[in-house]
Amino acid sequence: MGPTNSLVSWIDERFPLTSTFKQHLSEYYAPKNFNFWYFFGALSLLVLVIQIVTGIFLTMHYKADADQAFASVEYIMRDVPWGWLIRYVHSTGASMFFLVVYLHMFRALLYGSYRKPRELLWILGMLIYLCLMAEAFFGYLLPWGQMSYWGAQVIVNLFAAVPFLGPDLAVWIRGDYVVSDATLNRFFAFHVIAVPLVLLGLVAAHLIALHEVGSNNPDGIEIKKKKDLATGVPLDGIPFHPYYTVKDLFGVAVFLAVFTSIVFFAPEMGGYFLEHNNFVPADPLKTPAHIAPVWYFTPFYSILRAVPPMLGSQFPGVLAMGAAVVIMFLLPWLDRSPVKSIRYRGSLYKAALALFVVAFLVLGYLGTKPTNVWGQFGPWLGGADRATVVARVFTIVYFLFFVLMPWYTRVDKTRPEPERVTS
Amino acid sequence: MADNIDQGGNLAASTGVDPGAGAVDKRRRRTLIAWTGAAGAVAGLGISGPFVMSMFPSERARAAGAPIEVDLSKIEPGMMVTEEWRGKPVWVLHRTEGMIERVPSTDGAVADPESRQPMQPDYARNELRSIRPNYLVLVGICTHLGCSPSQKLEVGEASGLGADWNGGFFCPCHGSKFDLAGRVFKGAPAPANLEVPPHTYLSDTRLLIGEDSKRG
Amino acid sequence: MKALLLLACLLGPAIACGASEEVRLYRANIDLRDAVSIQRGAKVFVNYCLNCHSASYMRYNRLTDLGLSERQISDNLIFSDAKIGETMTVAMREEDGKIWFGVAPPDLSVIARSRGADWLYSYLRGFYRDASAVTGWNNVVFPNVAMPHVFWKLQGIQRFHIVEGGHHAEAHSELVLETPGTMSVQAYDEMLRDLVAYLAYMAEPVSIKRVRVGIVVLLFLGLLIVMTWLLKREYWKDVH
Repeated sequence: MGPTNSLVSWIDERFPLTSTFKQHLSEYYAPKNFNFWYFFGALSLLVLVIQIVTGIFLTMHYKADADQAFASVEYIMRDVPWGWLIRYVHSTGASMFFLVVYLHMFRALLYGSYRKPRELLWILGMLIYLCLMAEAFFGYLLPWGQMSYWGAQVIVNLFAAVPFLGPDLAVWIRGDYVVSDATLNRFFAFHVIAVPLVLLGLVAAHLIALHEVGSNNPDGIEIKKKKDLATGVPLDGIPFHPYYTVKDLFGVAVFLAVFTSIVFFAPEMGGYFLEHNNFVPADPLKTPAHIAPVWYFTPFYSILRAVPPMLGSQFPGVLAMGAAVVIMFLLPWLDRSPVKSIRYRGSLYKAALALFVVAFLVLGYLGTKPTNVWGQFGPWLGGADRATVVARVFTIVYFLFFVLMPWYTRVDKTRPEPERVTS
Repeated sequence: MADNIDQGGNLAASTGVDPGAGAVDKRRRRTLIAWTGAAGAVAGLGISGPFVMSMFPSERARAAGAPIEVDLSKIEPGMMVTEEWRGKPVWVLHRTEGMIERVPSTDGAVADPESRQPMQPDYARNELRSIRPNYLVLVGICTHLGCSPSQKLEVGEASGLGADWNGGFFCPCHGSKFDLAGRVFKGAPAPANLEVPPHTYLSDTRLLIGEDSKRG
Repeated sequence: MKALLLLACLLGPAIACGASEEVRLYRANIDLRDAVSIQRGAKVFVNYCLNCHSASYMRYNRLTDLGLSERQISDNLIFSDAKIGETMTVAMREEDGKIWFGVAPPDLSVIARSRGADWLYSYLRGFYRDASAVTGWNNVVFPNVAMPHVFWKLQGIQRFHIVEGGHHAEAHSELVLETPGTMSVQAYDEMLRDLVAYLAYMAEPVSIKRVRVGIVVLLFLGLLIVMTWLLKREYWKDVH
């Protein structure tokens, strides 16, 4: 026994090191037919680590003070050695986090990964997504630029639309009558500690749930149903380590190449990752001509704008925006298809999913633009903004994808699932 | 790790994994792991670099800690001024001829008369601990626990330190005494002479504190 | 020798509300690798802009990026009693700026990141005489701007002129150089280009280094991609 082995056995007598390693890596059997879409879970974890590490170092130099916040960010960008890199990685990381999470979620839609027995896994994932939105929203105020300020102002005012409680609620969230130093300070607390703690807990729960039920795969069949009689190991399973660790390593290298290309060559990403107006310090007396949230929120922002005020209240729009997120929680119970994977579903689901993706992307695009971006319809539609009408149509499409799902997934012509995974 | 990997391959023999007897080129795998591991180590170093560097003083701190210039023409003989450099008090004492003459008389009473301890740049490692005899430049912080000593430049009883006091500095915290060259007296709690900061003369009347030689 | 500023649309009240995207901008064509151009721009900046506008995140000694020595910077570019390591601040207080101009002149450290180089270039070309304005000057890119035309002696005096729409052309407006300044149109544009290059540099002094580091990082990652691919392929030989 070498010194390494004796150290390991010393630890094993006191802590389940080897058994944990086996349980979650070397003897965790994942389906052997993972494809491209299965990189994004691991990549989300990578981005989480990147955000936490860069975040810690930014916190060393950032000042959560309305008079100093903007300057402290520029201080990081200029005066702190390599501060610019740490900041760009963090700001790019925020967008990349949403990118990989959206792709990860889309994978679930493709292969029915939210279906039984993975309902709780899906719900935990959705909670992570909610946390991520909160984290991004709180974090976006911190640079204290014009977009930070007015973005927070608009979102907090959404709460003011809640009947009865609204105005008091908005004041409570801000800790002031406008977004101010008090708001900045509490958002900082939420961003650097409260939400990350919850996020980490949820990520751990998500992984535990995953390893309990096992991974789904592009064929949407359960590999646990076909086991080797002698060993009890799924016939279509391969140990996560080393096979998927080396595969994910490759995925990480490619992803980092994309990530660093943005960081080093286009950190503003044409104003989508770092908005131009956010290089103007927050001015409570001057609203920028055009306020748009960062791209990852824009599909929901579009839905908010698309719903017209009713009874003189903005609340229906706020409700619709909330519903657009909440309805995703219900997916496991809305989907009535006998099969999980899109490979064996019929054309109805494929069309519905395609339409949903188009709706999500168009809503996302429109949310970055002012409502007059496509001009107006003629008098026959009352001269309405074309973009608003399109956003309304796609908002309906967005919701119909979910609302009609129990119907179209049941009547859809599916093909039989295979017994074993296909490559 | 190599052990685990082999183990993984063997364990999986009955599942989707089939290494096939003798088909695995273990040497090639080890080589590839070594190369990727080395590249990973390089990446790790490269990534940690910026994070480590970011904790060094920023440009702002450097600017605040930049060398300071002192106009010597405003300091009369026998006078001392206190300047701030890197957040510390720095004394510039214009020693009179009398003060200079009194320094050697304390040689026997001080702990380190020849400045053996590296409390000064080499160019100030002399009896008067200065570049020019009439200007003494010191960091005004006691080498004991960091208090700032007070000036006791007067001689004898007037100083309040006894009739045989030759002029120097006295630390009110724990009573350490220093002579007119900043040398600590024997028996004081302070373990070393007062520190002489790097300094240089830009001209006859301009002293630069914080840098050893003239800037280009 | 007319300096024309063609506008994409008729200047109407729509533009006055700040929707500056509707104005067609000239391309500044700056090159951030041209250190000499940026040096010239820095000179213009400290001479003309730094009297009212601060650049309070920009340290003078940062200009060593451009190949200048600290001595050169102190001697040629610092007119105040600022030390080399200090930032480019102005003596004018914000409250005074509000009294004199109606608004405090904004800090210009990152102005090129919010406005863009083309906007700045077109803005600095776009001043014209307007007797109705408080300062006597107006601007096609930034209507009713509070800032007077600081370069008017160099550029000369432009007037705003609306061209009626004809059979083939839509109505548009243009700026006509009425009284030439001390600089030719070409020389003035060159000077503006230098100045805008400086502003763009100042907005992100690290940009050149950023790209340089990025190339090294990407080359390394290329290598890592190849290695991890080989490693993956080797292990996946087991999987059938």
